[in-house]
Amino acid sequence: MELDPKIPAGPIDQKWDRHKFSMKLVNPANKRKFNILVVGSGLAGGSAAASLAELGYGVDCFCYQDSPRRAHSIAAQGGINASKNYQNDGDSDYRLFYDTIKGGDYRSREANVYRLAQLSGNIIDQCVAQGVPFAREYGGLLANRSFGGAQVSRTFYARGQTGQQLLLGAYSALSRQIGLGNVKMHTRTEMLDLVVVDGRARGIVVRNMITGEVRSYAGDAVILATGGYSNVFYLSTNAKGCNVTAAYRAYKRGAAFANPCYTQIHPTCIPVTGEHQSKLTLMSESLRNDGRIWVPKDADDKRKPGAIPDEDRDYYLERRYPAFGNLVPRDVASRAAKLVCDEGRGVGETGLGVYLDFAAAIGRLGEDAIREKYGNLFHMYEKITAENPYEVPMRIYPALHYTMGGLWVDYNLESTIGGLFVLGEANFSDHGANRLGASALMQGLADGYFIVPATVGDFLAREGHNTVAPESQGFKSAETEVNEKIKRLLNIKGERTADSFHRELGKIVWDHCGMGRSEEGLKKALEKLPALREEFWKNLKIMPTRNDQVNQTLERAGRVADHLEFAEVMVTDALNRAESCGGHFREESQTEEGEAKRDDDNFAYVAAWEYAGVGNAPVLNKEPLTFEEVSLTQRSYK
Amino acid sequence: MKFTLKVWRQTNPKDSGRFRTYEAADISSDTSFLEMLDIVNERLIERGDDPIVFDHDCREGICGTCGCVVNGFAHGHQEGTTLCQLHMRAFDDGQTLWIEPWRARAFPVITDLMVDRSAFDRIIQAGGFISIRTGSPPDGNAIPIPKHDADEAFEAAACVGCGACVAACPNASAMLFVSAKISQLGLVPQGQPERWDRVRSMVSAMEQAGFGACSNHGECEAACPKEIPMDFIARLNRDLVCSMIKK
Repeated sequence: MELDPKIPAGPIDQKWDRHKFSMKLVNPANKRKFNILVVGSGLAGGSAAASLAELGYGVDCFCYQDSPRRAHSIAAQGGINASKNYQNDGDSDYRLFYDTIKGGDYRSREANVYRLAQLSGNIIDQCVAQGVPFAREYGGLLANRSFGGAQVSRTFYARGQTGQQLLLGAYSALSRQIGLGNVKMHTRTEMLDLVVVDGRARGIVVRNMITGEVRSYAGDAVILATGGYSNVFYLSTNAKGCNVTAAYRAYKRGAAFANPCYTQIHPTCIPVTGEHQSKLTLMSESLRNDGRIWVPKDADDKRKPGAIPDEDRDYYLERRYPAFGNLVPRDVASRAAKLVCDEGRGVGETGLGVYLDFAAAIGRLGEDAIREKYGNLFHMYEKITAENPYEVPMRIYPALHYTMGGLWVDYNLESTIGGLFVLGEANFSDHGANRLGASALMQGLADGYFIVPATVGDFLAREGHNTVAPESQGFKSAETEVNEKIKRLLNIKGERTADSFHRELGKIVWDHCGMGRSEEGLKKALEKLPALREEFWKNLKIMPTRNDQVNQTLERAGRVADHLEFAEVMVTDALNRAESCGGHFREESQTEEGEAKRDDDNFAYVAAWEYAGVGNAPVLNKEPLTFEEVSLTQRSYK
Repeated sequence: MKFTLKVWRQTNPKDSGRFRTYEAADISSDTSFLEMLDIVNERLIERGDDPIVFDHDCREGICGTCGCVVNGFAHGHQEGTTLCQLHMRAFDDGQTLWIEPWRARAFPVITDLMVDRSAFDRIIQAGGFISIRTGSPPDGNAIPIPKHDADEAFEAAACVGCGACVAACPNASAMLFVSAKISQLGLVPQGQPERWDRVRSMVSAMEQAGFGACSNHGECEAACPKEIPMDFIARLNRDLVCSMIKK
């Protein structure tokens, strides 16, 4: 497989401008002849569908939810970064670029990240113009806050609901285009396969989740903006419906999957309480601006948190990382929490938790100021735990939250299949081995509003309009495969529910491919996963009576089937990468202080995996990462 | 804990539907309402019965996907809470729970507790936006907005589009939903150029979708999981009257 990242020549700050000028344009009168399929309606998909339709292309947009307004981008809390330097605190495109590369532990592509930083300011302008109610200062100008991994204040926010407000902005732009008839929206529709004819993406096969009808759509280009794969772990902060199916089916059709082992475990989530738990809830990282994280110094100290005096508390992040303190990047904060819990100093009934304490901030700023900043988060915490965080410290523990890995894309966001573009969390390109807080919203919107409308146009101008009819052989055989797979699932008639397989899968990958990974554990996972997959296909129980109407058990089973296969790719990648970097922590590769130790001589590459059949080890392709701007150093937040 | 569930079961929009009784035993008080339904469903599947169909996604109160009427209250009796944020500790052990879908002509039932809320999308498509093309905005700080206005716009923008206001209203009116969007955009300078057209189009789309009119019952405000106040409805009415004079 050939991996050409197509990085434009020239100085880093001119690459995107030069590239835009060198791209071909589609004549305005010809744009409406082209039809583009956009799968996903979150920040990336929604903004792409709206922007492409504004340009004049015909767009079909698909989502599994009942409305595009419900995509999981909506749950992002803390904020969105932009190098506006409104605070006059020394921010610049270059600094945002540098922080993101460093935060990603030098495993992302310089050119992509620089472009992201360049576009970040435009996103804020665009969203303000849409009426997104960002937080403001008394003078009426936009407010900023700090976020993990940065020493400047560059995060724009809308209380703890920034994702919701940005998504509703994109949704309003999309709705306008739907109303004008430029976008055809297909809700409650799930993509189940990608149609590739002669090496080019030609369309998709979807299932209508209400009627059960399976049918195809043809297009001149296909855009996947289908999110990440955190739900392979069963318990994650993702919505219940989030799944890897669209990306995984594209992988099976020839798209390379890059760096699947780069998963982000978010340090501030509400701890697990019991077996019944269906998902985990994130508490925004912005809480670390004002909250102090601690555990008792003594593992046997079972006093209530309020009764433990300061000298008996260990503010371990402030102690270990005096420069960044509670604002170290997510991977560092998560590992530090695991470490103190492994030492037996964790708090709460399960011992898997640490305190996030606002007493000092409330004392300093007053309860009202804290409510103004974090009111909805405190409210949410109290709903779930029945504890009042204004009075007792929150208990938090790391949980799966975001996946940096994704389908491999070049600088144009085009995958290894021609005409298949991948945006947002579904691609791999910008966050390296660890994503900084408030960068996911930035990337999703940069991809959708500004990058893909330009690069898809270039692709269409070069390729011309020649759609393959959905009646053709390529489409028919893909549809048949999808129908047969559904039939197979319905006919197993075993004893175990899809959820019970999913929980077992989640436990395997969390234990062996979670916060700490070792060769021994990963090999164990690679033994357990095929056995579980085989049992799934023999012993699954779903409701076979329903195929021509709503069948949520069938939807879940199809997703679990793909998660099961995908998990093997993820674990294989984790085993191959014998270094530690960012969110990927190999126990064998750490510094004396227990920090992640990279191995740049052997692993400064993108691992792009190629499908080789179910049960066969995928084929590794490498894209070397070259750094012209930044020098690779051991990350330090001390 | 143990509960008796009386759940609305309806196989398709044409089916007339009926309540069926299920026992939910051994439920931990820390279980959320939807997790309780998950447990009941797992048991139904294991014994070969059709599981209860219900909509849900984020399970943290922000996507607006979930929602049904529990003992007569949209999203249950707890204030400021979506169904997914409601925990079983809010109920009494041994209690009987009547669980029904949103009921409104504009929200037809699809299956069991799942309803079709696409009417909300059509209202937004009619005008719930600011017409700004990608790539053409001024600098974000070019338009200062008084903090008070920005905060009030934010309060309106918190709407998650779940439909509880419609379900709670005896007239099945969507006025709280529509007024929240009208107010969010009407309170900020960016929204002024289209302000009068917007209110006309959105109200007309609301009427076409089959929602009822507002007669100031206030049930919507009480049911809203985001506690959006009825004052916004007054703002909508004022804008609607003004729009008849202003062009």
